Amino acid sequence: MQATNAGAPRPPLSRRASIYVLEARAEFLTLARMPAFTVPTLLFPLMFYAFFGVVMKFSPSAPTYLLATYGVFGLMGPSLYGFGVGFANARDSGQLLLKQTTPMPVAAYLAARIATALVFGMAIVISLFLLGAYAADVTLYRWQWFALAGIVLASVIPFCALGLAIGAWVKAQSAVAIVNIVYLPMAFLSGLWMPIALLPSFLQKLAIVFPAYHQAQLTLKVINMDQGGSAGGHVLIIGIFTVIFLVIAAAGFRRVSQR
Amino acid sequence: MTDRLLATMSAITHRYGDVVALDGLNLEIRTGEVLAILGPNGAGKTTAIGLLLGSLRAQQGTVRVFGHEPGATAVRLRRGAMLQVSGVPDTLTVAENLELFSSYYPAPLPVLRLLTMAGLEKLGDRRYGRLSGGQKQRVMFALALAGDPELVFLDEPTTGLDVEARRSLWNEIRGLKATGRTAVLTTHNLEEADALADRIAVFHQGRVVAEGTSAEIKSRAAGRRIRCITSVNRDEIAAMPGVARVEVSGQHLEVLTARPEELLRELFALDSELRDLQVTGAALEDAFLALIRDDDQAKAA
Repeated sequence: MQATNAGAPRPPLSRRASIYVLEARAEFLTLARMPAFTVPTLLFPLMFYAFFGVVMKFSPSAPTYLLATYGVFGLMGPSLYGFGVGFANARDSGQLLLKQTTPMPVAAYLAARIATALVFGMAIVISLFLLGAYAADVTLYRWQWFALAGIVLASVIPFCALGLAIGAWVKAQSAVAIVNIVYLPMAFLSGLWMPIALLPSFLQKLAIVFPAYHQAQLTLKVINMDQGGSAGGHVLIIGIFTVIFLVIAAAGFRRVSQR
Repeated sequence: MTDRLLATMSAITHRYGDVVALDGLNLEIRTGEVLAILGPNGAGKTTAIGLLLGSLRAQQGTVRVFGHEPGATAVRLRRGAMLQVSGVPDTLTVAENLELFSSYYPAPLPVLRLLTMAGLEKLGDRRYGRLSGGQKQRVMFALALAGDPELVFLDEPTTGLDVEARRSLWNEIRGLKATGRTAVLTTHNLEEADALADRIAVFHQGRVVAEGTSAEIKSRAAGRRIRCITSVNRDEIAAMPGVARVEVSGQHLEVLTARPEELLRELFALDSELRDLQVTGAALEDAFLALIRDDDQAKAA
């Protein structure tokens, strides 16, 4: 995606704002009207939390721990599917090429997809918190609720970058399968589905190679249930992962534009 | 004269690996005209459009649109495009898609006007995924016009449409000229170029082998295919004036010629026993071959 701006003045702020708003609205409506996207992305984290956190409740701390980790899991869905699969589809169907013939700013396109993942993410976080507070009697300080929500929502950044890296390389037909191969094992091995301490110790050591693990640990710090690593370290590692994903994605774009 | 040139392609050569898609191509687009790029599949039409849109980068030669690089934002603001393979999200309505594309331009056409221009008045609220093939092409056409462009590229706009849908899209394309726009369309359909274009550039193997008005092209491409059983030697026929190609099919000879009357007179003179005679209009593919042959002869001379 190259944007040459030679000879054209930047559009006024009001018009640029309206492009961003309309682009985000279009992206949101596109996904919101696809039950194959909305049902699993919204329902899976809530269903799993209801099952493992509320019904099974295998330890007194489980509802609180899982509230944080299923939040992170909940953000992975819209980021990887909406962003990654959505991007691969838009490219292979020619939708992206058509947009590239227009003066649409590339930033608006990416921002729309991130905003959409955030809106779905917010719906998941609010539903999970309601379920946690009222069905599982999770009690937290007010600042903890907000910090939890904030860190969970921030995970949209590394996960969208990962989605973009996948979407930039794989074909649309195989995108869902590839995302599933990354998404489900990474969620499990990062301790999102059940507390990481319950996993065999070699798997616990392996977990540091997954960005979702660091995102989860950062979230768990808010409720003092993390494994004790430094917050700065996790943020740094997440940042490095994000940069690596973006470099991989950029290489994918170059490959396509050189055809 | 140069101020009337809206876009130029000069000495363009473009390769995909070992395949040469465009081979020293020169093409001019003049203000206010409908230019048809006519050619069989693989002639380089879509590559030329890709270069004019800036979605492909010129490997050799130069492309200028409105005096700029073809992909520059200044150019994007003033042109629209209908691509051969493209689409918009199935779950958005026609009007939602139009509204979004309109937002990209400083002075877009109103959505209602776009719906009218594309013959989609009653389909604004219909989701894109629920439209027929012809209706989808109309949406693509409307999207190309969203920014009220001076120049519109239409890459095979009617491919895959049935006759009725094709004719009705032709009407909308004719409307472009009436509103003073310049249009470039690619097609492999001679009838389509004839119906819509002021000027036709015939592409073959990455070069322009003929260029002119529809009437000029037709007079050059109007070949006939003659099929008969005759004792006249094949090589002798091939040497006759106007003959593009001679093929043997069983007992029959098949001759492609630009001058059928002359050839028949000669044949009857040489062979009074000539029988099973059939004269048919040449297929477009044959017409191209006739044009290329002329082209080669012109070069040899």
